[in-house]
Amino acid sequence: MQRRSIAFWLGAVVFLAAMLAMTQLVRNEYPFFAGYVILQFVVLAVAWTILGGYAGYVNFGTNAFFGVGVYTAVLLVKAFGAPLPVQIATAAVVGSLLGLGVGLLTLRMRGIFFSIATIALAIIIETSITNFRFVGGAAGIQLQRPPVTAPFDSYVKMLFFVQALLVVIAVAITRGIQNSRIGRGLHALRDDELAAECTGVPTLRLKLLACVISGALMAAAGAPAAMYLQYANPDSAFNLNYSVSVLAMALIGGTAHWIGPVLGAILLGATQQLLAVTISSEVNVLVLGVMLVLFVVAAPKGVIGLVQRQPKRRGGSK
Amino acid sequence: MTVPAAPDAPLLRIDALTKSFGGFVALNDVSVQVRKGERFGLIGPNGSGKTTLVHCISGALRPNKGAVIFGGEDVTPLPPNQRSRRGIARSFQIPRPFRSMTVLENLMVALDFAAGRETLESTAHRREAAMSILARIGLAAKAESPTATLTQVELRKMELARAMATGPKLLISDEAMAGLSTSEVDEVLDLLMSLGGDDIAIIMIEHIMQAVMRFSQRVMCLDAGRIIAIGPPAEVMANARVQEAYLGT
Ligand SMILES: Nc1ncnc2c1ncn2[C@@H]1O[C@H](COP(=O)(O)OP(=O)(O)O)[C@@H](O)[C@H]1O
Ligand SMILES: [Mg+2]
Repeated sequence: MQRRSIAFWLGAVVFLAAMLAMTQLVRNEYPFFAGYVILQFVVLAVAWTILGGYAGYVNFGTNAFFGVGVYTAVLLVKAFGAPLPVQIATAAVVGSLLGLGVGLLTLRMRGIFFSIATIALAIIIETSITNFRFVGGAAGIQLQRPPVTAPFDSYVKMLFFVQALLVVIAVAITRGIQNSRIGRGLHALRDDELAAECTGVPTLRLKLLACVISGALMAAAGAPAAMYLQYANPDSAFNLNYSVSVLAMALIGGTAHWIGPVLGAILLGATQQLLAVTISSEVNVLVLGVMLVLFVVAAPKGVIGLVQRQPKRRGGSK
Repeated sequence: MTVPAAPDAPLLRIDALTKSFGGFVALNDVSVQVRKGERFGLIGPNGSGKTTLVHCISGALRPNKGAVIFGGEDVTPLPPNQRSRRGIARSFQIPRPFRSMTVLENLMVALDFAAGRETLESTAHRREAAMSILARIGLAAKAESPTATLTQVELRKMELARAMATGPKLLISDEAMAGLSTSEVDEVLDLLMSLGGDDIAIIMIEHIMQAVMRFSQRVMCLDAGRIIAIGPPAEVMANARVQEAYLGT
């Protein structure tokens, strides 16, 4: 396990170094525009997996957490001109509180009822923001980017790197959960909640924790979107597409291991970016649907299920 | 908090427990005590409320009336996980393994969250503890098997092993022998006899009378949610109402 941890952190450093080098060496801004979106989906899909994969509580409210992240940033910029790190950190705190609230309200429900409750929540929040004039209401709001910080020469490149940092944070946290007793407890309650309780697993506490961490990461991933687009409106910030895409990415990648949602988000995110350029963004939804159906039928455990044909299981960490 | 129990205070005290589902009364004013280390047989026809009683003791169900006192503490308001940490463990009439896990991992769940886990700090220590329980139960060879590949008797044993891994003071076995062959029944019975002792009381629910007679120091018979007899096995078996409830109709 020790050696695996070293390998993981080494990988993370190499990844960040590569991303940083890219921002310094590549002149064209487009790869960063597209890459930012993919990285953002990696964070969202990984965060979704904590609750949706490990615990088996399918959250359809990704858009609520994402949108709350966006609008936390908008509010902070509008009210105080807060810098980016403050926007992200505050979004994470707000997201975790929202996660706690949602958890307390909905986690006693099982299966489809929980999922429906999360959709309802997203609608309620979107409606409130739509009526919140200070952050632009339904019409949305324009935002001015502050000057970019060195060593970056464009704001988008900087946001790209920030989102890469969030990927590392999200994956590290999710991996930590997976390899700890919290992860084992979540798996146990996903398999059988009553048996887990009677075996000593504090199921409600673990579910709340999963909801809080998942919510914090999703909102954090949404925060930089305000500056990325220099514009925000409730319709796009709370778009149900986020929920559907993220769910599809996690399921297509596989939710038994944190690498699953990473692969799923890269695979589907890249496909979507490609299609948006070459054909149209409407085709995206279709492709998403077709891929999801294909995987559900042919590879129910996702990409990692395909790769990991004969899983070498060893009770310990993976 | 836990009041230090008097030396001969019961481990488990069930106090005027009543549980109904809608208008149907499944447990009716049940009071009974189980001593530390006692081997206690619980019998009664199907639908008499045995499993409902187990649910109320383990916290899976909340009674409408009455209390469950464990080790001198009123655990009635506690969720199952807190009762597990205090020493109440159970198996399920229809086995409920963690299906995505191996046998060893099933036990690791218990050890990861057990009350005494501080003494088993490292994962390696907990694995060792899990393996020694599996060895005791006779499942060591299946440690790395996914639970989906287990036979019926292995599943029952796995549930007992998992319950043991929580470090119980009271182990409740809900029809662990149902549907097993004669030799398997003997196997599980020997196992339960060996698990009990000074520190662990066992409530065994069973329909197989020979097993109940051999196992129990005391037997209680439920019928339609009421206690109709309680005492030494031979006495309870000889009881006319028990015979009627069981053998009649
Ligand atoms: N969740 C429930 N809802 C409604 N009725 C129930 C429920 N659980 C048990 N019962 C009823 O309570 C009675 C006692 O059931 P149970 O405790 O399972 O009996 P036993 O374990 O002795 O066979 C039965 O008549 C059963 O139908
Ligand atoms: Mg029963």
